[in-house]
Amino acid sequence: MAAHQSRPSSAGSPSAAGAPQYVITAENLTKRYGDVAAVDGISFSVPAGEAFGLLGPNGAGKSTTMKMIGGVSERTSGNLSIMGLDPDQNGPEVRAHLGVVPQQDNLDEELKVRDNLLVYGRYFGLPMSYLKPKADELLEFAQLTDKAKSKVDALSGGMKRRLTIARSLINEPRILLLDEPTTGLDPQARHILWDRLFRLKEQGVTLILTTHYMDEAEQLCDRLIVVDKGRIMAEGSPASLIREYSTREVLELRFGSERNATVGAELEGIGDRLETLPDRVLIYAHDGEAALEEVSARGLRPVTSLVRRSSLEDVFLRLTGRSLVD
Amino acid sequence: MTKKVELAKKAELTESTQAAGATAAPALRAHSPEVSAAKARKWGAFYYAEQVLRVMKGYGWTIVMYGVGQPVAYLFAMGVGLATLVDTNSTAAFGGVSYLVFIAPALLISAAVMTAANEFTFPVMDGFKWRRVYYGPHASPLTPEQIALGQIIAVTVRLLLQSAIYFGVVALFGASPSPWGWASILVATLAGLSFGLPLMAYAASIKEDKGQFAMVMRFIVMPLFLFSGTFFPLDTLPLAVRWIGWTSPIWHGTELGRVLSYGYEEPPLLTIAHLVFLLALCVVGWILTKRQFVKRMGG
Repeated sequence: MAAHQSRPSSAGSPSAAGAPQYVITAENLTKRYGDVAAVDGISFSVPAGEAFGLLGPNGAGKSTTMKMIGGVSERTSGNLSIMGLDPDQNGPEVRAHLGVVPQQDNLDEELKVRDNLLVYGRYFGLPMSYLKPKADELLEFAQLTDKAKSKVDALSGGMKRRLTIARSLINEPRILLLDEPTTGLDPQARHILWDRLFRLKEQGVTLILTTHYMDEAEQLCDRLIVVDKGRIMAEGSPASLIREYSTREVLELRFGSERNATVGAELEGIGDRLETLPDRVLIYAHDGEAALEEVSARGLRPVTSLVRRSSLEDVFLRLTGRSLVD
Repeated sequence: MTKKVELAKKAELTESTQAAGATAAPALRAHSPEVSAAKARKWGAFYYAEQVLRVMKGYGWTIVMYGVGQPVAYLFAMGVGLATLVDTNSTAAFGGVSYLVFIAPALLISAAVMTAANEFTFPVMDGFKWRRVYYGPHASPLTPEQIALGQIIAVTVRLLLQSAIYFGVVALFGASPSPWGWASILVATLAGLSFGLPLMAYAASIKEDKGQFAMVMRFIVMPLFLFSGTFFPLDTLPLAVRWIGWTSPIWHGTELGRVLSYGYEEPPLLTIAHLVFLLALCVVGWILTKRQFVKRMGG
């Protein structure tokens, strides 16, 4: 088998000095299963050190995109480059650069916690003299030191997730792929996990993550693409997306399920935009309190009212007419 | 955000990345991704075999007890107990050797085939479906072929170990008079693989567990065990069922084992045919397995 090819020391596509170095570049990336396009011609570039998110509902094509980036699923068409390498041509070389946290944990339940890290490191040909101290360091990082000798099936969901992240770091990757990293975790476990991911970001690790949680995307991502039905709906930082596609504040009104649908006409003209959902009415306005006063002035009495800041949820609703989490 | 600002921000990020990388450089550094990939391309199958063997070590005691306990039980029951009835008639039916010597190679081969039948079914389903253990290494530099081959290497090690223990017990019973008897350890391992590899390809093709493996054990492994010239020479059976033996890796392996352990006489061409049959099944099984693994993990 051919030895690995030498590659330019600078990652990414050929670029002039001073231009950003992209660790990942996708152009018109497409994946079809039969007639269904799971990923339908998406393009994006990720510079080194960025936390880049793919936000979208289940079935949007996020995981499929991650599998193509991760070099475990061949694309149907388009171009994809990871550290200047084509994952379909140089699978092992591309995967050697990455750390991967899959959507479903696939730890070795029959092995002890620490052995999971050692075994995984061996897949990269790393020697035990490196792996033993590294495993201890990563257990410390994942707050699992006192569980080192436990069997994996004795761990909680959050601990398993942290172990999976620790495992993905065993080869000291500069790019970390995280597919729905906190799905199924309780709020406390999620916050611990976010904290760990922040630290990695501080160390300059490029994070690519998919999520359908808007708070996660807002907290972790420098920049994100909103994906729906295999296509990119919008791209930008969380703040710029909110600025562009929503108002500063949102007034949420509940009139009861019967009345929500019909009250729309009476609210006409308040705020910039009105969105009627089955359980509530959303009024998009720069000043939510002022909008609420106007509602009262018109003699309308909602059962509950709430003024909040706009979020990515509102961006998604605006772009697709649907909620992120069904 | 304008293009310029964006570019500036990106450049800044890259810079800070490098700075952070330089200051936070820890004492331990992994070798470069290029080295990882080159090593994995070369040794990947062995890396995965190492993992499977580590998992096996977790139930290593069971493997050893099975390896020792099974031959002891069978050799006592059949070779010593049942033999008292069989040997009083005539040893002519068994080519002039005692019943114990006659069945010892058959038991050795059958045990290897049964172990292979277990190791190449449930763990494969575990890899693809139940606990999805293949998908961890799949994300590493290893390739699907290497994962399949690694598992085969690990099971081969187990078969060799188990057969060596088994043969040791057989030798203690004095049931392997020929100096070439030890070579039946290799034959048992080969027979196990020749049955196991096609089965592995089948296991890798299963998407839903509907009890297929239990059916394989009941309707394939058991009949093969009983009708492969194991407990009586194959030619004592009516022609109508003799084909079971001819298609059975247990029969081909057992006949080879008999040649090695007590100098059983058969035409040399037949001996070669046994060997070719076992090897051919291994090759076909490996090709089909590789194809399934690549298909299932590549798409």
